[in-house]
Amino acid sequence: MSAVLKQEGVHAPSKPGSVRKDRKRALYWSYFFLILFVIFFLLPPVYMLITSLKSSAEIGAVTNPWFVYKPTLENYTALLSSEQYLTFFKNSAIVSVVVVIVTMLISIPAAFALARMKFWGSTALGMGVFLTYLIPETLLFIPLFKIFAWVQDLTGIEMMNHYWVLMVIYPTLTVPFCTWIMIGYFASIPKELDEAALIDGAGYLQMLTKIFIPVALPGIIAATIFAFTVSWADFLYPMAFTTSADQLVLPAGIVTILIRGDVYAWGQIMAACLLGALPPLLIYAFLMDYYIAGLTAGATKG
Amino acid sequence: MAQVTLRNLVKHYDATPAVRGIDLDIADKEFVVLVGPSGCGKTTTLRMIAGLEDITGGEIRIGEHVMNDVPPKDRDIAMVFQNYALYPHMSVHENMSFGLRLKKTPKDEIARRVDNAARILGLAELLDRKPKQLSGGQRQRVAMGRAIVRDPKVFLFDEPLSNLDAKLRVQMRTEIKKVHQQVRTTTVYVTHDQVEAMTLADRVVVMNAGQIEQVGTPHELYHRPATRFVAAFIGSPAMNLLACGLEQSAGGMLLRLSEKLALPVPQERTERYRSHVGKPGLICGLRPEHIFEQRPHREPGQEPFEVVPEVVEPMGNETLVFFGVSGVDMCARVNPDCGPRVGAPLKLVADLRHLHLIDDSSGNVV
Repeated sequence: MSAVLKQEGVHAPSKPGSVRKDRKRALYWSYFFLILFVIFFLLPPVYMLITSLKSSAEIGAVTNPWFVYKPTLENYTALLSSEQYLTFFKNSAIVSVVVVIVTMLISIPAAFALARMKFWGSTALGMGVFLTYLIPETLLFIPLFKIFAWVQDLTGIEMMNHYWVLMVIYPTLTVPFCTWIMIGYFASIPKELDEAALIDGAGYLQMLTKIFIPVALPGIIAATIFAFTVSWADFLYPMAFTTSADQLVLPAGIVTILIRGDVYAWGQIMAACLLGALPPLLIYAFLMDYYIAGLTAGATKG
Repeated sequence: MAQVTLRNLVKHYDATPAVRGIDLDIADKEFVVLVGPSGCGKTTTLRMIAGLEDITGGEIRIGEHVMNDVPPKDRDIAMVFQNYALYPHMSVHENMSFGLRLKKTPKDEIARRVDNAARILGLAELLDRKPKQLSGGQRQRVAMGRAIVRDPKVFLFDEPLSNLDAKLRVQMRTEIKKVHQQVRTTTVYVTHDQVEAMTLADRVVVMNAGQIEQVGTPHELYHRPATRFVAAFIGSPAMNLLACGLEQSAGGMLLRLSEKLALPVPQERTERYRSHVGKPGLICGLRPEHIFEQRPHREPGQEPFEVVPEVVEPMGNETLVFFGVSGVDMCARVNPDCGPRVGAPLKLVADLRHLHLIDDSSGNVV
C-alpha cells in the first residue's frame, strides 16, 4: 500500500467512509429542500381545507387562519345540495370526457402517422404540432372568439354561451401536447415491430390498434390524464365563451356564482375548489406511475 | 417451387449506393447465407427480398413471380429479426398465431400449426408466457416459431444470433440447422459471423461494398477463395497474407517472402504462376493450419523454415504461434507437444500445396 502511495503522480485515495459521509450530507440537504418545497406547495390546499371547514361567522371573525375552532360541514352540504354547483360539476365532467375522447381520436392516429409513416412534410408537420402548443391561450382566446362569432353570424349556429363549444376549443390545447407525447412514445417502439406486423399481414390501422396502442398504453394513459386535467381545470376559455349559469363549468362557475359583487363566500369557494379538485386528484393518485412512465419513456430510447 | 432470383439488384439511399448490382439464384429449399462486414449490403439485400425496402433497380423473383412492387404480406415470406421483434403485450401463443389470426385462419388450423411449431422448437411449456418472461434463446425460438407457422415459401433471417451470448449462439445455430432439416424451406440468412455462415449454409455469398465477392459452398470458399477479400474474411484465425515475389532460378520457381526467406514453389503450381514471375504486387496467402511444426515425414511441397515466436496462445488441442516476417504478423497452428516458447527459435513447415497467390492489382487469386 505505502509503495503505491509513494509512486510519483499517484494521489492518495480518500479516507474510507468519506464517500458515505458525502452521500449522507447530500441526502440531508435534499430532504431539507424537498420539505421546503412540499410545505410551499401544500400550504395553499391545506389553507383551503381549513377555510372550507369554517363557518362564515368564523371566517368573518378573522381568527387564526391555520386553525378551525368550530369546524362545520355546512359549506360542503350547501354546495352538494346546490343544483347550480352540481350542474357545473356535470358540465365539467361531460366536457372533459368528450374532450379526452376527441383528443385521443385525433392525437393517436396523428402521432402514429408522424412517428411511423414517412411522407413529405411529416417532419415539419410534427414540429408545427409542437409549436402550436407553445402559443398561450391568453393570446388565442380573442381571435378564437371572433372566429366563433363569425361562424355564428354565417351559419346561424349558436357558438356562444354553450358548454359544448368548449369541446371544440379545448382540443386546441390538448391535441398538440398529447400528439407530442405520443410521437415520443411511438418513436421509442422498435421499428422491427412494425416490420414484423407488416410481414404478418397487418395494415396500418391494424398495426395501430393491435400493436401500437396496447404497447404504448402508458403513454396513452399519460396523454389522457393530461387532456383531462387541462379540460377540467381550464379557466380562461370558459370565462370567455360561457356566461349563463347552466352552461358554466366548474372553474368559471365557482368564481361567477360564489362571488356576488364584492361579497366572497370564502368557505363555499374553498369547499367548491376542493371538491372540484377531487376528480383529477383521484386520477393522479391511481395513474401517477403511468403518467410518469408515459412522459419519460421516450427520453432514454429517443 | 420457392426459388429466389435476384437480377442486377441495385439499392441507393439518396446518392449513396448500398447494393451495386447483385445477381443471385437461390434454389428451392436451399439454405443460403449472405455474409460480409458491416455496411456491405447484406441486410439491405435481405430487406429488399422481404419488401421492407424499395428497390432502386433490378428484379426480385420468388418462384416465378416478380416481387418488386408486391407488399411484404403478399410475398409469402417470413422473417426472423435480430432483436426478435416479438409483440410484448402478447403471449407466446398469440405472437405465433398473430399472422394467422389476421388472415382469419380457422381456429383448429391455427392450433395445429402453433402446436406443431412449438413441438419442433420445444416451446410447448411456454405458450402462455409473455416475451419478458423468456430468456434470449427462448425469445429467438418464439420468433422462429412465428415464422414457421406461416408456412412460407422463404425464410429470411436477419442476424438472429447476434444478440445472444457465445455459448447460446452455438446452441441456437444447431437448432436452426435442425429446423431447416425438418422444415425444408428456402432460407436466406444474413450474418457477419463467418463461422455461422460456414456451419449453416448450403452455399455462402460473401459480400463486400455492395457487391458479391464470391458464391460457393463453405468448402469452396475455404479452400478455393476467388479474391483477397474472401481469402482474408473466411477462416479463423484469418489467412496469413504477406507481400511476396516470384523468382525463377536454376533450381525452379521460388516464392520470395523476405530478404532471407525464399521457399520453392510446388511443381504442380509453376505452370499456373509462370506469367507472374517478377511481377510486383503479389501476395502470398497461407492458412495457419498450413504452417505447422516439423514432422518426421515431409511431403513434397512442404518447405521448412525457422521463426522466432513473438506470442504463443495455447488453445488446448493446438497452440497458435505468432511470428513476424518482413514486419507482418503471421500465425501458425502447431502441436502443443512441440513446446513453442516466446523468443526461442522454432522450426516450422509451410505446406505450399495450399498456397493462395493473390494479384493485388486485381484482388483476385491467381
